[in-house]
Amino acid sequence: MLRDALSGAPRRGLALLAFLLAVLCGAPWLAGDYLLTVLITILYFAYTGQAWNVMMGFAGQLSLGHAMYVGLGAYAAALLYVYLGIGPWIGMLAAIAIAGACGAAIGFLAFRFGVGGVYFAILTIAFAEFARIGFDHIGLVGGSAGFFLPVANYSRNDLWNLRGSPMMFYYVMLGLTVAGFILCHLLLRSRMGYYWQAIREDEQAARSLGIDTFRYKMMAVVISAGMTAIAGVFFAFYYNNLFPEQVFHISRSIELILGPIIGGIGTLFGPIVGAFLLTGLSEIMQDLLAAFGLDVPGAKQVFYGICLLVVVLMLPNGVWPWLAARLGVSGARP
Amino acid sequence: MAASIYLNVAVSGLLTGLVYGLMALGLSVIFGVVRVVNFAHGEMMTVAMYLAIVAFNAFGLDPLVMVVPLAGVLFALGYALQAGIINPFINRPEHSQFILLVAVALIIVNLLLIVFGPDARNVQTSYSFDSFALGALIVDATKVYAAGVSVLIAAALFAFFRFAPLGKAIRACADNYTGALVVGLDIKRLYALTFGIGAACVGAAGAMLVLLIDVTPALGPAYTLLAFIIVITGGLGSMPGALLGGVLIGLTEALAGLLFTPSAKSMFSFGLLVLVLLFRPQGLLGKRA
Repeated sequence: MLRDALSGAPRRGLALLAFLLAVLCGAPWLAGDYLLTVLITILYFAYTGQAWNVMMGFAGQLSLGHAMYVGLGAYAAALLYVYLGIGPWIGMLAAIAIAGACGAAIGFLAFRFGVGGVYFAILTIAFAEFARIGFDHIGLVGGSAGFFLPVANYSRNDLWNLRGSPMMFYYVMLGLTVAGFILCHLLLRSRMGYYWQAIREDEQAARSLGIDTFRYKMMAVVISAGMTAIAGVFFAFYYNNLFPEQVFHISRSIELILGPIIGGIGTLFGPIVGAFLLTGLSEIMQDLLAAFGLDVPGAKQVFYGICLLVVVLMLPNGVWPWLAARLGVSGARP
Repeated sequence: MAASIYLNVAVSGLLTGLVYGLMALGLSVIFGVVRVVNFAHGEMMTVAMYLAIVAFNAFGLDPLVMVVPLAGVLFALGYALQAGIINPFINRPEHSQFILLVAVALIIVNLLLIVFGPDARNVQTSYSFDSFALGALIVDATKVYAAGVSVLIAAALFAFFRFAPLGKAIRACADNYTGALVVGLDIKRLYALTFGIGAACVGAAGAMLVLLIDVTPALGPAYTLLAFIIVITGGLGSMPGALLGGVLIGLTEALAGLLFTPSAKSMFSFGLLVLVLLFRPQGLLGKRA
């Protein structure tokens, strides 16, 4: 299976991949506390971007409401842990099931009634906002006052209950990112992956060739939602607090999809490259603005916005396809 | 007694809804012609709102007087935006346009934050507390003025698109892109004009909304969403639909705020949006694409 998965990739690309992985594995031993948190954020966005990419990049269904799946996963696992003492790895199954079911419901409604394109995107926003305001008014989950997990004891790493130091969370997130990458790689090369790409390029043509477009679009939504929910479980146990205003907010959905779009939509490395670029950019800008005494609230976001503008104007297909050509590894991944 | 409360709230929601409708009309016009979803719509409105506040505080100009000048300023902004950066994106995929406008929105929100700070602001006019009484019905004067001006502007816009040669040319671009090119229309300029007109609508609406609500830099995204809900409910690209959608959403929010809790009111708007998308995706007055 591994040999099959790796076939077709140029040796140079594989070497680069191995190098990157080695750097990421060793990074926490060299990085300070601050850099470690930044790296966790980067990996978090790399993973969620990968999950979103399944739906948009592979199957061409634009979702602007992925914060909902993060939020559902986060709340499901946190509630099970706090009320029933069920650990996050078991809770994760519930999180995947709930987010997947919600994704299926939205997908079913949208695809059955022929809602597509911009309308589908806005439908996903509507459901996410619906969830946000709904959770604000449910007492069981703490409403707008938030829901809290007991604070972790940093001295001991309890992997089973996801209580421990940032170092542990880093490796958990790295594991998730690698697993997400491998899963997406396999998906993209599976029969379903080719169906998805056919649907993305021309849905009518795909259907006329006998592809059950409804079924495969549903699969894309459910898989993407389930993967995103896992990130939600991580979010809940890493931050220990959940506010509907924060987890379900549309700006969460937007920051989640910026990485894969900037990195290169539909590519496997795009979400990872995008997460590194955007989070890195954001942190560097913070330091630069502070150095020049310009760190007024909002300044960072203005420059961030300008950088986004420049990237979409200059590199319409994203950074990775351009970078891959420069590195001589294009064709390494579809 | 109870009945008159409902009537009062409904009328108030309807009047606010007309102003919402004018704002959404801008979004609808832009989408109907340029086929770009303006994700910076609410943010453009907050720009107009802050300019109205500046004009009021510095020169004592009433926001209702500022409606036309602000529409002009936003027209210029919209024209420049379309001509400068959106035109190259017309034929790009939706997600690409989305990021472009999200970036524009991000820049607007945070520039406002830098210039005006995070505090909520509003204006107090001499007629802030005036009202008209019709039997049991008591109507806020400010809302009546704002709704009246909104209807006037919408009517002017209908007339423009129906009778003016330029308006007809813009409609031609919307109906048939290639056909418009063939007969020699300068599509890029017309698109820029259309975006300008859409921005002018939102500028005028912003000048009036400053009388009704407090403005903060963070208000933009909420109103972008509101504009989406309205135009999709009414029919994306349909001008009467935008006004109808505005009134419906205004009514829904006002009544939901009264019957349930005000903080849950937008849940009902989103609920309405979901129903419309599922059962009549083209919107109440939209044509099937």
